[in-house]
Amino acid sequence: MIKGLFYILLFYFLGELVSKLMGGFIPGSVLGMILLFLALQFKVLNPENVKATATIITKNMAVFFVPVAVGLMAYAELFSKYLLAIVLSIGFSTVLTIATVALVQEKMEKTKKKGTYDHD
Amino acid sequence: MINLFDQLQALFREESFLMLLIMGSYLFGIYLYKRTKISLLQPLLIAILIIIPFLKLTGIEYIEFSNKTHFMNFMLGPSVVALGYVLYEQLEQIKGNVISILTAVLSGCIVGIISVILIAKGLGADASLLASLAPKSVTAPIAISLADQNGGVPALAAAFVVICGVFGGLIGPIVLRKLGIESKLAQGLAMGSASHALGTARAMEMGALQGAISGLAIGIMGIMTALLIPLVQKLF
Repeated sequence: MIKGLFYILLFYFLGELVSKLMGGFIPGSVLGMILLFLALQFKVLNPENVKATATIITKNMAVFFVPVAVGLMAYAELFSKYLLAIVLSIGFSTVLTIATVALVQEKMEKTKKKGTYDHD
Repeated sequence: MINLFDQLQALFREESFLMLLIMGSYLFGIYLYKRTKISLLQPLLIAILIIIPFLKLTGIEYIEFSNKTHFMNFMLGPSVVALGYVLYEQLEQIKGNVISILTAVLSGCIVGIISVILIAKGLGADASLLASLAPKSVTAPIAISLADQNGGVPALAAAFVVICGVFGGLIGPIVLRKLGIESKLAQGLAMGSASHALGTARAMEMGALQGAISGLAIGIMGIMTALLIPLVQKLF
C-alpha cells in the first residue's frame, strides 16, 4: 500500500514537473497518468508495485469529488441569474458529446472489423 | 444549554468530523444506490444533498469546509495518475483502435465546445460566462487553467465541470442504451470525453475496460480542448 502510494505520488510529481516545463497547459495529473502508463509499458516499473493501490483509488474516484461538488453552494446567486443558460447549454452539450463520441467510435470499429476479418 | 450548543458547533468544525461527514454521506449514498438501483441516486449527488444543507444549518462557510477537507481535493490528482495503471492493464483491448479513438474524441470535442457556446450565447450568457462554460467537459485542473487563460472565471469553470460531470454520469448510460451502443470501447470513451473523472467513475462501474478507456479519454479530451478553445473563440 505504502509502496504503491509512493510510486503514484512519484509519477504525480514527475507529471507536475513536465507540466511546468511545458508551460502548464496540460495538468500534472494527466501527464503523470501518461508517464505511469509508459513506465509500466516499457517495464521500467513492475506493475505489482502499484496494482493494489491503483485499483482501490480508481474504483472509488467519485468520493474525492465531494468537496468540489459542495462548492456549488458558493455560486447560488450567479446560478439563479443565468440558470436557464447554464443548465440548458451544459445539458444539451453533454448529451451531444456523449452521442457523438460513442457513435463515431462504434461506426469506425464496425467498419474496420468488416474490412479486416470476416469471421462472422 | 447555550454552552452545550456552542460545544457541539465547535465539534462540527473539527476536521475529523467533516471528513467523517463526507465518508458517511457518501457511504449512505452507495447504500441507497445499491438498494434502489435508481441511477439518479448517485452517491456523489446524495452526499452533496446531505452536506450542503448541513453546512447551511450549522453556519459553516464553504471556504472553511474546503480548507479542512483539502485532503480529498488533493486525492483527485493521484486518482487520475492511477488511471495510468488501469490503462496499462487494458492495453490489449485498445490496440488497433488508435485512429478511431482520436477521431471520435476530436468529433466530440468540437461538437461539445460549439454546442455549449451557441446555446448559452443564445440564452444571454456574457463573454466571461461563455469562457467559463467552454471547458466544461475536461477534468477540473485543466478547465481551471483554460478558463483563466481565455477570459473566464476559474472557480465558475470548476463548478461547471462538476455539473457536467454529475449530469453526464447520470444521463450517459441512458443515452448509450437509447443509441444501442454495444462497443465497450465506445461506451467508456464517450463517458470520459463528456464527463471527465466523474464519467470515468461511472464507467468503472460498467466494467474495467470502459473505465480504462474513459480514463484515457480524459487525457485526450483535455489536450484537444486546450488546443481548440482559442480557435473556437476566434470564430464566435
